[in-house]
Amino acid sequence: MTKNYVSVLAEFDEQGNKHPRQIKLNDQVFEIDKVLKVVNAASLKVGGIGERYTIKIGSHQTFLFFEKETGQWFVELK
Amino acid sequence: MARFILHSDLNNFYASVECLYNPSLRNKAVAVVGDQEKRHGIVLAKNYIAKKYGVKTGDTVWEAKQKCLEELVCVTANFERYYYVSKLVKQMYLEYTDRVESFGIDEAWLDVSRCVKSFDEAFKLAETIRKRVLEEFGLTVSIGVSFNKIFAKLGSDLKKPNATTLISTDNFKNLVWPLAASELLYVGRATTQKLAKAGINTIGDIANTPVQILKSMLGKNGETLHTFACGADLTEVKRWDELDEIKSIGNSTTCPRNLKTNEEVRAVISVLAESVARRMREKNLWANTVCLFIKTDDLKSFDVMHKLEYPTNLASVVATEAYKLFKFDWNKTIRAVGVRVTNLTEKPLQYNLFNSEQNMQKKEKFETVIDNLRGRFGYDIIKRGSVLAIDDFDEINPEHVTHTIHPVSYFKNNKLGDK
Repeated sequence: MTKNYVSVLAEFDEQGNKHPRQIKLNDQVFEIDKVLKVVNAASLKVGGIGERYTIKIGSHQTFLFFEKETGQWFVELK
Repeated sequence: MARFILHSDLNNFYASVECLYNPSLRNKAVAVVGDQEKRHGIVLAKNYIAKKYGVKTGDTVWEAKQKCLEELVCVTANFERYYYVSKLVKQMYLEYTDRVESFGIDEAWLDVSRCVKSFDEAFKLAETIRKRVLEEFGLTVSIGVSFNKIFAKLGSDLKKPNATTLISTDNFKNLVWPLAASELLYVGRATTQKLAKAGINTIGDIANTPVQILKSMLGKNGETLHTFACGADLTEVKRWDELDEIKSIGNSTTCPRNLKTNEEVRAVISVLAESVARRMREKNLWANTVCLFIKTDDLKSFDVMHKLEYPTNLASVVATEAYKLFKFDWNKTIRAVGVRVTNLTEKPLQYNLFNSEQNMQKKEKFETVIDNLRGRFGYDIIKRGSVLAIDDFDEINPEHVTHTIHPVSYFKNNKLGDK
């Protein structure tokens, strides 16, 4: 597993909450269909801590992390 | 009101944070070490695998590597990151109570008396916190649950890693009293020896020895240890925002190379004294006592202190007084030097009779100019000739060596015992 930092297109609501809508990885754009859950969590697979978004892209469910320390987003890739 | 206190201890904190950010280290022997290029290369922390090989905090890197048959991965300490993670964990604790008192970077007490009503509930809350720390930060924590801070701390040491231990009013005699006296906070090597000579070997023995006898052996500390052993310590867990009164200001450095002469020691002392005095002036404090710390090349260290006749906030005075304390026969070389001032007061009651107030103010003005220069242009803008005159010494910058690595004293520098 590797830690891949990604570009994210997100919407910010009035309360300042982030709603990621789109991920760009290796020039490919993935639309996020749904955010199922947001929790503070560590990524034990690739390392790091932050907000963990459980997201749905099509029928595929995966994690997207927002690393508060660096302000960057990352995904865990096989 | 019944008290329910937790003590949390993040296991192998520095090494765990390194493994958290670099999971490929997780199954290897890992040691977090100081900057090797600046000769701060001793082991500051290690993970359980390294511990199994016998690696100890304070080992030099080569010693530690030898113990692990060269399989040890040494990672340079990243203090900024440790402080960041520690702050996040403590912010999580604050969701439960505002009485969160740090004990060093990796330990904290939490007074949860207002959110639980029984030891059972306190234990469950500790378990919730333990699981959250693992899930949210990927770190393991040992938590002690008890009715006072001392037993809570003892509890967090009993089961490691990733465990919760309850020491209640019902079980403390069975659980705590059979433990070796040295397990009690502030029973160090010398105190253990003194107690052993009197046949006092366990915490229970301390509790069951008449307090007068302990007092005659250990002075006031004897009384305190009796209170600790009986579970009668009533010290409160401080609120997170409660500021500690500053009890001492100090600075130490591992030198770029081992020191071999009095002149070299004097030069290092003067650099450290400048930094200490600058911080005193910043806080508007004057020192009444100066302490000198020396560590020799075999990593043995000693502390000496001396009460000043008149309080000072001047680097020149701190340096002179600290150097007066330096008596060394030079059968070894010196690896590290530290200067600390204690017994701080806000305003001096009187200046030195032979050094008029005007003269002292003049010196203070002079040193403040240096502070301002360094504040504007950086530390290196002005240096002492004595430091520049010695090869390699211009690398010493005391402003870069102010890490608080080890837990602060329970008594915040009102040192008790010898641990």
